[in-house]
Amino acid sequence: MNDVTRQFRDFFTSLKLTVVLLVLGMVLVFAATLDQVNLGIWAVQEKYFRSFFVLARFGDIPVPVFPGGYFIGGLMLINLIASHVYRFKATLRQLGIQLAHGGLILLLIGELLTGILQDDFSMRLSQEEPRNYSESFRENELAIVDTTDAKHDEVVAIPESIAARGETIQHPRLPFRVITRLYYPNSLIRNREAGTPASPAAIKATKGIGLNVDLTPLPITYKQDERNLPGAFVELVGSEGTIGTWMISADPRMPPQRFDYGGRNYTIGLRFTRAYKDYTLTLLKFSHDKYSGTEIPKNFSSRIRLQTPGGVDDREVLIYMNNPLRYAGYTFYQASFEPGNDKVTILQVVRNPSWLIPYIACSVMTLGLLWQFTIHLLGFIAKRRRSVPATA
Amino acid sequence: MKKAAPFLVLALVLAWVASTLRAPRNPAAFDVQGFGRLPVLVNGRLKPLDTVARSSLLQLQGRQTVATPEGRRLQPVEWLLDVAFRPAQADTYQHFEIVNPDVLAIFDLRTSDGQGEKRFSLRQLEPKIAELQRQAKLADQVESAVRTPFQRGVLQIYGNLVHYQRLRHAFVSPGRPDFLGELLKFQDQVKAGVEAVRAKQAGQPHDEAAAKAMTDIGERFVVMAESTTFLVVPPEPGNTDPTAWKSAGAALLDTFRAGSVNPAALAYAGFANSWHGEKPEQFNKLVELFRADLVKRFASQLRKCDFETRFNAAQPFYTSSVLYALAFFVALFSWLVWPSLLGRSAFWIIAVAWLAATAGIACRMWLEGRPPVTNLYSSALFVGWGAVGLCLVLEAIYRNAIGSVAAGAIGFSTLVIAHHLSLSGDTMEMMRAVLDSNFWLATHVVVITAGYSATFLAGFLGIIYVLRGLFTRGLDRPTADALTRMTYGITCFAILFNFVGTILGGIWADQSWGRFWGWDPKENGALIIVLWNAIMLHARWGGIVRQRGFMALAIGGNIVTSWSWFGTNMLGVGLHSYGFTDAAFVALSSFVASQLLLIALANVPLRLWRSGPAGA
Repeated sequence: MNDVTRQFRDFFTSLKLTVVLLVLGMVLVFAATLDQVNLGIWAVQEKYFRSFFVLARFGDIPVPVFPGGYFIGGLMLINLIASHVYRFKATLRQLGIQLAHGGLILLLIGELLTGILQDDFSMRLSQEEPRNYSESFRENELAIVDTTDAKHDEVVAIPESIAARGETIQHPRLPFRVITRLYYPNSLIRNREAGTPASPAAIKATKGIGLNVDLTPLPITYKQDERNLPGAFVELVGSEGTIGTWMISADPRMPPQRFDYGGRNYTIGLRFTRAYKDYTLTLLKFSHDKYSGTEIPKNFSSRIRLQTPGGVDDREVLIYMNNPLRYAGYTFYQASFEPGNDKVTILQVVRNPSWLIPYIACSVMTLGLLWQFTIHLLGFIAKRRRSVPATA
Repeated sequence: MKKAAPFLVLALVLAWVASTLRAPRNPAAFDVQGFGRLPVLVNGRLKPLDTVARSSLLQLQGRQTVATPEGRRLQPVEWLLDVAFRPAQADTYQHFEIVNPDVLAIFDLRTSDGQGEKRFSLRQLEPKIAELQRQAKLADQVESAVRTPFQRGVLQIYGNLVHYQRLRHAFVSPGRPDFLGELLKFQDQVKAGVEAVRAKQAGQPHDEAAAKAMTDIGERFVVMAESTTFLVVPPEPGNTDPTAWKSAGAALLDTFRAGSVNPAALAYAGFANSWHGEKPEQFNKLVELFRADLVKRFASQLRKCDFETRFNAAQPFYTSSVLYALAFFVALFSWLVWPSLLGRSAFWIIAVAWLAATAGIACRMWLEGRPPVTNLYSSALFVGWGAVGLCLVLEAIYRNAIGSVAAGAIGFSTLVIAHHLSLSGDTMEMMRAVLDSNFWLATHVVVITAGYSATFLAGFLGIIYVLRGLFTRGLDRPTADALTRMTYGITCFAILFNFVGTILGGIWADQSWGRFWGWDPKENGALIIVLWNAIMLHARWGGIVRQRGFMALAIGGNIVTSWSWFGTNMLGVGLHSYGFTDAAFVALSSFVASQLLLIALANVPLRLWRSGPAGA
């Protein structure tokens, strides 16, 4: 081994590096906690933990100011693995350390996988209305639906990120082109009072709800209990020229707008990105119990009917606090409700294929720590036993 | 003699603790204690009136003692009886605490007008209530996290006045000296009266006076029912559902339907009559009859209420805090004179104080039917309890009074913190839906709180090391080594418990929300403690720090733990922000500043240490 590789090895196996990484990790976690007040919990995860560098913007230029979660976590992994390859020996005395560190390696990998694979959705169920999709918390899509066939809808969903670019979109299933003329990442819709002129925006709706409704841009919100409601003006252009310009908004109060083209019926709208399931959930009853004489919530629960189209599953389930439904790789838990409306329940839907890893990792680590500290303690007691008669 | 002295101390301390367990006596001919044991349903929990009186006093003025303008000290229940049944007198009692000078200015009052320069009576506040209401309305529009101290002060006194109103309307209609007579008369006339009202509504001939009497008294009942949240009337016979309690006003309104006045509501009017008219025999007879009726249906709940009243009177945590403070000084002096005698005495005092706290926590667990830690208040109790328990072990091994000094200081300060947390009202609250899980409360919460205890203890041992080394000659080599070994051992314990506790929290989150880790502030706080413990141990193993640096790091553990415990609740984001948040910010900041100062002291060059280079 030459000098350079030895230096490399010494660097990556050193305890100093471990301590430095732990300190950096701690600072990162602390800064991320504080920044949640400004950015909300989701943006913070992307900025601090699911990144190699934390970027700060000076003017328009993003400058890396601190190592991110992937960077620190990655180096920790290398540090741990290198140390075990070169420094530790497989003895009974060191078994505790081996286990604790092995568990930690697994935990770091698990968190990496979770970051990549985990998905969160929301599912709003109204009583007696079956639903077979959940909705994204943050993402939206431009949906154009061919509703000509009463039994079967043909959906073309364009992700927000593509629709927002303003390029002409030609989709093979659509007989027209889609052009986003104006796009607001967060916006407000308001009924225009009768008699007042349309807003002086350069782009105006020529069809649909936008003839009577104003769309105003809002600053992007990072609050945890608010979501951005994008709005847009979208022009559809057919082979014989423009079909019209529609104003669309992700605000749930704005329904999809109907139009006909080429003898077929369509709807156009902006909506929360949907994830379809091959089963339906129907809310049977939502209960919200309070302690008597108070407003303190005692329990929320939703009785729900779960059905698969083939009829393999057709049963009632009860979802309540600390008792979610786990089905087909998803976890449905009672997340919220609409105040004053007990005909609606809001579930959160989580998919996390790597959910088992932390359990294994943590059991291994706990075992390792217990082993290690028990050896310490026994050694300490034995030493005192030996020293007490000498001093007495 | 020298051997026996510590046991003499033990006997004295035990005798004092036993004396606090005596049943409290009635101050006069009235069976005030019996009244205090009667159950009411408040905030979802059935509790004795004694608890209502005490937690109300704590909420209004931060302490349980109160005196009449003539200087007579009142028991909490006596005070409650006056508030409810002799409001004209109670309005002159100075039991509203106002410390913010700007809030005082609303009322046109000076500190010199108040008892203890900060407590005022309703009589003093009354003239400016309208202005207070206006200010409260303004402050209420501001988001709670960004309210100024003035706005918080306004809302606090406003909330306290509302609470006082609730107490006044809980049993009878306030300001009606002969409410009992009115009710009895009402009962006789209710049938005819209701008919008169019906006839009037139908536009038929009717007895105008009877109809008016009905609407008048009915309006008073409505005011009573709407002005209180205290459910003092038990369910009707045959109904044993403990949650079917009613407010007195609601029960009285039922008279129009039932034709006769609810006996419990009538009984409370009787209490008012006898308390106001100073008729102790009638009062005591009523207590007896009321209780006899309740015992038939609510025997087990009454037992709990009786027990809780005794628990309130005994104040085990107060006893324990006095003993911790005493032991702290005894142990401190043992480093100067009579190390063995004072050291053993301190150990025994700590042991008794810890047992008193243990008994107190056990009583709370039995009363609530919950694991020990359910809210911030009980977490403070438990952090202290866990740390002192570890200290007792250390002291039993090392016998150098270090464990006792640490136990006295941590035990006392956590109980002081707990006292301040108790000022927001009853400390045995019902658990919000998401927390309503005894299994996870018993595992995750208890383990993580034990982890806090250990981290604080390690930090406190670090403080002892620095202060003794820098300012006294007492830190010789064996003491320094022993302190380091203790701190090291406690840190190992801390990382194990903090880690396992954090993990259990992750498992709870995965079980109920489908995600193991969400980077929520409280989760991050716990992670930071684990990381800090890991830094300490790895820095020591790697030889990056030696004895003194390790101790300085241990003091840093106090900062990260206090951040996780209280700081994260002040952020107001995330699923975990259920704790107490407002004014604690200053306290937390000064604590952090003091710990930073101690870390700086640890880095003072060794030649300036009075103990010299022993602590290298």
